[in-house]
Amino acid sequence: MARKDFLDIVSLDRAEITHLLDQAVPFKDLFTRSVKKVPALKGKTVLMLFYEPSTRTLSSFEVAAKRLSADVTIFDVPRSSVSKGESVRDTIDTLQAMRADYIVVRHRLAGQPAAIARQTNASVINAGDGAHAHPTQALLDAFTFREVYPEMEGRKVVIMGDILHSRVARSTSTIFEKLGVEVAFCGPGSLVPQTRFRRFTNYDEAMKWGPDAIYLLRVQKERQDAPFFPSDREYHSVFGITEERLKRISDKGVYVMHPGPINRGVELCDGVLDYERCLISQQVENGIAARMAVLFGLKPKVS
Amino acid sequence: MRTALDPSAISAAITRLADQIFLAADGNEIDLVGIRSRGDEVSERVFELMKAKGAKVRLGVLDISLYRDDYEHLSSNPTLQSSEIDFPVDGSHVVLVDDVIFTGRTIRAALDALFDYGRPAKVDLAVLIDRGHREIPIEPRFVGETLETDRMDRVDVSLQKTDGEESVVIITQ
Repeated sequence: MARKDFLDIVSLDRAEITHLLDQAVPFKDLFTRSVKKVPALKGKTVLMLFYEPSTRTLSSFEVAAKRLSADVTIFDVPRSSVSKGESVRDTIDTLQAMRADYIVVRHRLAGQPAAIARQTNASVINAGDGAHAHPTQALLDAFTFREVYPEMEGRKVVIMGDILHSRVARSTSTIFEKLGVEVAFCGPGSLVPQTRFRRFTNYDEAMKWGPDAIYLLRVQKERQDAPFFPSDREYHSVFGITEERLKRISDKGVYVMHPGPINRGVELCDGVLDYERCLISQQVENGIAARMAVLFGLKPKVS
Repeated sequence: MRTALDPSAISAAITRLADQIFLAADGNEIDLVGIRSRGDEVSERVFELMKAKGAKVRLGVLDISLYRDDYEHLSSNPTLQSSEIDFPVDGSHVVLVDDVIFTGRTIRAALDALFDYGRPAKVDLAVLIDRGHREIPIEPRFVGETLETDRMDRVDVSLQKTDGEESVVIITQ
């Protein structure tokens, strides 16, 4: 039986994850055809419900849904009745009446997509909820890493930055763990919680551990009420990939990943984007394939 | 359950297909495109036979899972595999190859899929087995073997590379 919803990585087992990764491969193959679209979701409606601003994830889902021939409606939350005080619950009832088959939700509150999923027959996909989860990001990260290391088991990835506030860190570390990849967190002490994963608060020590990839998290200026480090320049020199660090990374052949959007001169210097083992643009392309696999794999409840 | 074709009858049917397509090609280029699963194995064997005769032939594989019209009736969607058509389809003479033709719906889906790769000049259809009971107006040009079946029968094809054995059996429900 297929799942109705896609809400987090924790509840998936390794076989399900591997199946989704395998399914994303033929979807990616479509991108090189002259017609990049397939009729799999013809006549289905995908509704984008974004309570938090997002350009990349929203566009990625939109492209994925359109390449599956679904009709896409973007529910423009900031300008909608929500700003007039309508509750999420009432909004969902309204959307239910529109008979959407899939609802893609982003919300600043953890658990909101799951609450919506219980309320509707539509398949709900979590596109990021608070600091809880961002499962499609995790899927595309694992897919991208698997492209360079088909045998992922035993490889090492260090996730660098503000771990505490990051749903990407949570979901991506979980998927890597389930696939047998060793994960470590690295960042300013106050932003790296004690978890089951190895913990570093110093860049050089993390690199001595010998990671196969560095996963840079975005410095989320909008999400922190008070800054945890004095300046962008200081963050760059302590945890960013500087020109000088890039040289060492390059000598060792370490891959660089980032969920985007990047802050140049903060998480990374310009040179990283021209580095041959920088996977950032591959992650964007793979995001579409991974989201197509998710949409295709779910089954809305028949009403 | 009864055996309709044994291994030697299957080989003979595949040889017949290769001969028919070879004659029809008349020295011109032909692109065989096998439909997963088992159509790919049939097309591969036809391809080898035609190449041995000196035909100008190329081989591709099509997965039509994303073009089916029956998702609504499935509890989970089919497992996808990659299509492999490495040559330009534009202007070519394509022969779609499948193991069994029944209602014709698979071929409808395959035509949709194929046309998303380009605009072939001509498309023909070759099947190992025609078991009748069409629901849409699609007919094969090349047929390895015709079987009399009941609408409710199941025709199971096993081929060496895909299934580890060779047989065609008819299972009466």
